[in-house]
Amino acid sequence: MFFALQATTEGAHEWSPVLPGLVILLPLLGFVINGALALTHARRSADAVRAGGELDLAAGDRPLTHTLPTWIGPGVIGLAFLITVVNLVGMAGADLHEPIIRTYWTWIVTGSLTVDAAIQLDQLSMVMMLVVTGVGFLIHVFSVGYMKDDPGYPRYFAYLNLFIFFMLVLVMGAGYLLMFVGWEGVGLCSYLLIGYWFSDREKSDAGKKAFIVNRIGDLGFLVAMFFLFTTFQTLDFVEIFSAAPERIPYGHSVATIITLFFLLGAAGKSAQIPLYIWLPDAMAGPTPVSALIHAATMVTAGVYLVARSSVLFALSPIASATVAGIGVITALFAATIALKQYDIKRVLAYSTISQLGYMFLGVGVGAYTAGVFHLMTHAFFKALLFLGAGAVIHSVHHALHHTDKDWDAQDMRNMGGLRKHMPITWATMWIATLAISGIWPFAGFFSKDEIIWAAGAWAGAANAPYPTLYTVYWVLALVTALLTAFYMTRLMVMTFHGANRTGEKEAKHLRETPAVMWVPLAVLAALSVFGGWINVPAAISESFLGGFGFLPMGENFHHWLEPVMAGAHEIQAQHLGEISHQAPLFGGGELVWALASTGLAAIVVLIAARVVGGQKHVPAVDAAEPRGLGRVLYRKYYVDEAYDAVIVRPVHALSRFSWRFVDDVIIDGTVNMAGNLARAFGWVGSLFQTGQINTYAFIFTIGVLVILGWVAF
Amino acid sequence: MITEALFVSALIFAIGTLGVIVRRNVIIMFLCIELQLNAVNLAFVAFSRSVGIEGQLFVFFVMTVAAAEAAVGLAIIISIFRHYESVNVDKFNLLKW
Amino acid sequence: MADLLFFMFATVAIGSAIGVVVARNPVGSLMFMVATLAAVAGIFVLLEAHFLAAIQVIVYAGAIMVLFLFVIMLLNLGHDYQRDVKGGVWSVMAFATTGGLAGLLVRQLGRSADSPAFLTGSGGDAIDAALAEYGAVGAIARPLFTDYVVPFELVGILLLVAIVGATVLAKKNV
Repeated sequence: MFFALQATTEGAHEWSPVLPGLVILLPLLGFVINGALALTHARRSADAVRAGGELDLAAGDRPLTHTLPTWIGPGVIGLAFLITVVNLVGMAGADLHEPIIRTYWTWIVTGSLTVDAAIQLDQLSMVMMLVVTGVGFLIHVFSVGYMKDDPGYPRYFAYLNLFIFFMLVLVMGAGYLLMFVGWEGVGLCSYLLIGYWFSDREKSDAGKKAFIVNRIGDLGFLVAMFFLFTTFQTLDFVEIFSAAPERIPYGHSVATIITLFFLLGAAGKSAQIPLYIWLPDAMAGPTPVSALIHAATMVTAGVYLVARSSVLFALSPIASATVAGIGVITALFAATIALKQYDIKRVLAYSTISQLGYMFLGVGVGAYTAGVFHLMTHAFFKALLFLGAGAVIHSVHHALHHTDKDWDAQDMRNMGGLRKHMPITWATMWIATLAISGIWPFAGFFSKDEIIWAAGAWAGAANAPYPTLYTVYWVLALVTALLTAFYMTRLMVMTFHGANRTGEKEAKHLRETPAVMWVPLAVLAALSVFGGWINVPAAISESFLGGFGFLPMGENFHHWLEPVMAGAHEIQAQHLGEISHQAPLFGGGELVWALASTGLAAIVVLIAARVVGGQKHVPAVDAAEPRGLGRVLYRKYYVDEAYDAVIVRPVHALSRFSWRFVDDVIIDGTVNMAGNLARAFGWVGSLFQTGQINTYAFIFTIGVLVILGWVAF
Repeated sequence: MITEALFVSALIFAIGTLGVIVRRNVIIMFLCIELQLNAVNLAFVAFSRSVGIEGQLFVFFVMTVAAAEAAVGLAIIISIFRHYESVNVDKFNLLKW
Repeated sequence: MADLLFFMFATVAIGSAIGVVVARNPVGSLMFMVATLAAVAGIFVLLEAHFLAAIQVIVYAGAIMVLFLFVIMLLNLGHDYQRDVKGGVWSVMAFATTGGLAGLLVRQLGRSADSPAFLTGSGGDAIDAALAEYGAVGAIARPLFTDYVVPFELVGILLLVAIVGATVLAKKNV
């Protein structure tokens, strides 16, 4: 795949993509079929309820509505993945410097705006397609086992297919407007899937929260598009990126405004400060959904947006610094919260926010390739962690269900010692943990290290715009890396090691998951190990960390994305000058710091294992709330409460004021007054209607007088 | 002569109007309307001295209409009297809302 | 002579008109009305409208007023001396408005005297000529049966309708 690239560039030839539209259409087809099945099922259960009974799925053979999605749901995604792979091989064989545009029809023509329904195939969208369809396929397969007994099975797969469809529109659209269609579409699917168990008030509220918080970001995206259109008269990627360097001078405010509004949109979708609050609550959805949407794909759309708009961001050092700043602060902030969470999915949620912060840091310091690279490796190991957590929850839930124990199946305080019950899950999740902690030679090491190094190198660039700021970023990124290692190890130790806290009777029912669930885990584990090897930095490839050249892929990923990022890199080279080869503050090259970071991370993992393993854990029901700083972290810095006090309550009060005063008093009062006035006038008029001819004659005479007087004077 | 006749016409008209407004007896009111009509007739005849024979023709038509009106009006008064046993308009207030 | 006659007729007409309004007895009102009509007929003569003067006396004072009298008698109002003039504020307001009306009309007449074209046309001479040639009846009959024959016929139909209507309305069981 990637590694084949350099070998074949010499024999480059014209290449035409194979059925690219089908990649998008297949998930849509899956959605249509599964949706129809879901509707059929809904009507049947409604009929059954009306008949006084209930549709019993456990009795006898499952109906067609619950067997077909098993094949159609993952099937269409698998086919789409195959087509993507075929295209990838073709693209790798071709020396492609310009994106391939496939225009299907003209979508909107209004004024000077023309938008085509067109897809764009280039190296970046190919990477995203691979991640979306590949990881998506594995998660679909996992879902078959995870959601097996859920009555909404066909609906679940319909939503999931629809999500993949919109996500592909997002990454394959050839312009911002089409990207926005996908952007909104994945938001919709996210809402539908978070609130999948909508009969639970808390869960449907979480869906609404995600939707509403995302709206704020979407507004930023829209405004940015307005600015783009007024500046360029088009929304096509190719036209904008080729015109931008000439049209907008370096550092000009137009670029800053556009990119800052894009950043607002990206912060909403990718759960960055200040709009990250929806992601932890989004864990209300089924766990595979968290893996697919809230870890691997949708939340990385913001990173994709920045990477796709790299030319615009490169033109604005202020916006880039803001992106990086928000990213690194989010990374640190979320990592500290993750230290004290007990819900296994919440730890992973904050971990995701933190890792997304890393990606923002990457694209913010101009290392667009590194950001996308981390996006990809993160998709592997974070999806693996979520699916592993899903497997654990699945198992614990069933065990608790057996004895009708009313405990939280997601609370790590109720787990412990699961290793001997679920060895495969345990092993794969440890791989993912090492990967996310940045331990060599796992995937996370290469991608995260590159981002951290890029932050440091940018600080030392010849014409670096804010060298001190970037130095701070670099330090914070390093600290966060160590925190990551700590909280992930804590999660693993609390879940899998030590004594079991689920309960004696329950522990007997803890089971390893079926093959349909652990096989995807294994595949993702393999990707988490090897996935990083496609982009070993040149500085370390010949050293011990590069396996003395044994990891043969070199900077392949970097070269692969070079055609897409060329514009941005050109601007950087022009205005930043030579990038430093020494780390700030302490000096030392990339190799030294890579060694240091992996070594420190490994030490932190060992320390964490000892510290957490040495603590005495009690089940959640017996546990006291942490005190001091721990409580602040456990309560997530009280950010939700602060938002509630600063935004929600004032808005609520304002709404009440609008309702009680503006609407009830002013508006209703005006309307009622109009009616009362008419009534009063009518009453006054009715006084003249005495029914007596004299009165009418009198009034008549006055009228004559008035007219005569008007004529006379 | 014309101007003087017109002055007389105006005064009679005003007196007729006063009668319509202040009297309650419906027959007297009706008479006052006839008075107004006659005032107008006088004005027409006066103008005919200046404008031509058309003024007199108008009076002819007005008189005819007045005759018709008197016939119908008196019939209505009789009809109302049968109903209310009175000719006092204060009692005829069915027009009130 | 003519001016003296006019002054006399005018005085009678206005005085009787006031009598119509103020007379307590309906029959008295009616008698004042007949006097007014007769005085106005006199003014008609002075204005060279001989035919109309005759009609005024015969049809108006003779026929229509007798019809009124019949009705008063029929309704047996002859002995009813109940005062029916509205009093107090109402009459003050009525006086004010009708006074204003009379004042305005007189004022307008005074003004039109300043521009005499409207009052000094030569129509009178044409009437005099017609009177000399065709006589009092012929002078009005010629235009009536030539130029105004259609309105004349329509007025005939109006009278017919009025007769039918009055008959229907006056019937006991409408």
